[in-house]
Amino acid sequence: MSAATYTRYELVRTFRNRRFFIFSLVFPLVLYYLIAGPNRDETDIGNTGISAPLYYMVGLAAYGAMTAMIASGARIAAERSLGWNRQLRITPLSTRAYFRAKVLTGYTMAVISLLALDLAGTTLGVTLPAGEWVRMTALILVGLVPFAALGILLGHLLTADSIGPAIGGSTALLSILGGTWFPIPSEGALHVIAQLLPSYWLVQASQVALGGRGWDSRGWAVMIAWTIVLSLLAARAFRRDTQRA
Amino acid sequence: MAEVVVLSTDSRAAGVELRGLVKSFGSGDSIVRAVQGVDVSIAPGETVALLGPNGAGKSTTIDMLLGLTTPDAGSVSLFGKTASDAVADGEVGAMLQTGGLIHDLSVRELIAMVASLYPRPLDLDRVLEQTGLDAIEGRRTQKLSGGETQRLRFALALVSDPALLVLDEPTVAMDVEARHAFWLVMRRVAAEGKTIVFATHYLEEADANADRVLLMARGRIVADGSPAEIKAMTGVRTIRATVRNATDEALAGLAGVTGVERHGDRVVLACSDSDVAIRALLERFTDVREIEISGADLEQAFLQLTGDTEAAAA
Repeated sequence: MSAATYTRYELVRTFRNRRFFIFSLVFPLVLYYLIAGPNRDETDIGNTGISAPLYYMVGLAAYGAMTAMIASGARIAAERSLGWNRQLRITPLSTRAYFRAKVLTGYTMAVISLLALDLAGTTLGVTLPAGEWVRMTALILVGLVPFAALGILLGHLLTADSIGPAIGGSTALLSILGGTWFPIPSEGALHVIAQLLPSYWLVQASQVALGGRGWDSRGWAVMIAWTIVLSLLAARAFRRDTQRA
Repeated sequence: MAEVVVLSTDSRAAGVELRGLVKSFGSGDSIVRAVQGVDVSIAPGETVALLGPNGAGKSTTIDMLLGLTTPDAGSVSLFGKTASDAVADGEVGAMLQTGGLIHDLSVRELIAMVASLYPRPLDLDRVLEQTGLDAIEGRRTQKLSGGETQRLRFALALVSDPALLVLDEPTVAMDVEARHAFWLVMRRVAAEGKTIVFATHYLEEADANADRVLLMARGRIVADGSPAEIKAMTGVRTIRATVRNATDEALAGLAGVTGVERHGDRVVLACSDSDVAIRALLERFTDVREIEISGADLEQAFLQLTGDTEAAAA
């Protein structure tokens, strides 16, 4: 009895799912080349002193990783509408192991997405010191935790039909307000709102590579708060869903 | 009604014990009392059919048996354990009535995936062969026909080598041939000594494959006996005819007639032997017209057994 085999097949399924693959891997790559490609010679984007290829590389890395993470949990919606979760409930697989497999799959896809963006960055001339790259990647991986909970929450709240638009909409909104597409001004209402979002801090994590400071105490507090709230909501949605069945 | 005498509390001898199960859905005016008190003991090794029309409470009973639904009242014990403990120990295999299969895996891979969750799974090749899936083991699950999907779901229930196999209307999407093949495998599995509970609304399926039939109607078990006993109970036939100037007494006195119902000149005779009854009827009342003889369908038989004549007439 091992959840390892189960998780392995979860990964196999994910790799074979073309729509999922394109959505969370190919799409960020295409966006990157569309945006950063024409501006590859821009060396000082928005007076930040950072080159466009590097700025968008880290921004889209955060976006791609976030999308992969949310989409992985959200696949629960499809399994629910198939009745597959009922089938799993009459196996010894624990709920914990089920979620663990989903989160692990999400992390795997997120890491692949990150690496793909890094690779794309180097084709546009981006170079990063190894130390900064490691620090950035580590902080992004920590920053994905609340999005894992968000994916599981959406997977239990929504149907297989509505999940696609819901993910597209929420990731777009989160990434715009988080600063993926353009730098968030350092003061004003937008700044205040952005700082309350987990995506803002995820982008901050990615900008460690741009010489950013990563997370201050406020950043950690926001991330931990989102993780707790989304996990509680996800647990509640899960319980409601199993009782109704 | 016979009381169950508990001779032993030895848990090794315990099979499936359902005690006072009650389950309702909804509330207020729209409340549906799906199961209204089910008490059953099933011995290890028995093959039991849960027979009843749609809406009789079969699926809800099965969901409670499997621990998928929490009963409002009553208890479930599987081999002396709670349902969830028996499931966690890998002793239960089930084929639910509804439920698709996850995509992007081959037949073999999906069985392997599910098998990996159990402590003592069967050999994969054996399961594939037994369920006739060996020829299509490489096919992706989303490319299977309805019958193939059912067979794969059966394989998923079998692969854990469970002590208890629960099947909720397993042959629903199968054609005649697939149905036949399915029950052939089932009987072989039953011969291995597994406890099997299956739901069906086909009397023939229950008759051919079960040691014991539990007849369910309106959330209750209304009869519990061998297939032959149940068949005799539900074998009632009905004669409908238009008869002038006949009294209830005269009609009820006819040979083979067990019950009389009248709507003006139109009479409905419940018969223990419709062949004898029709001869007697024609002899006694020469102007009988518009004769119809029909076998009572299961639903009518159930409703007669529950004594709910109002609903039976509706």
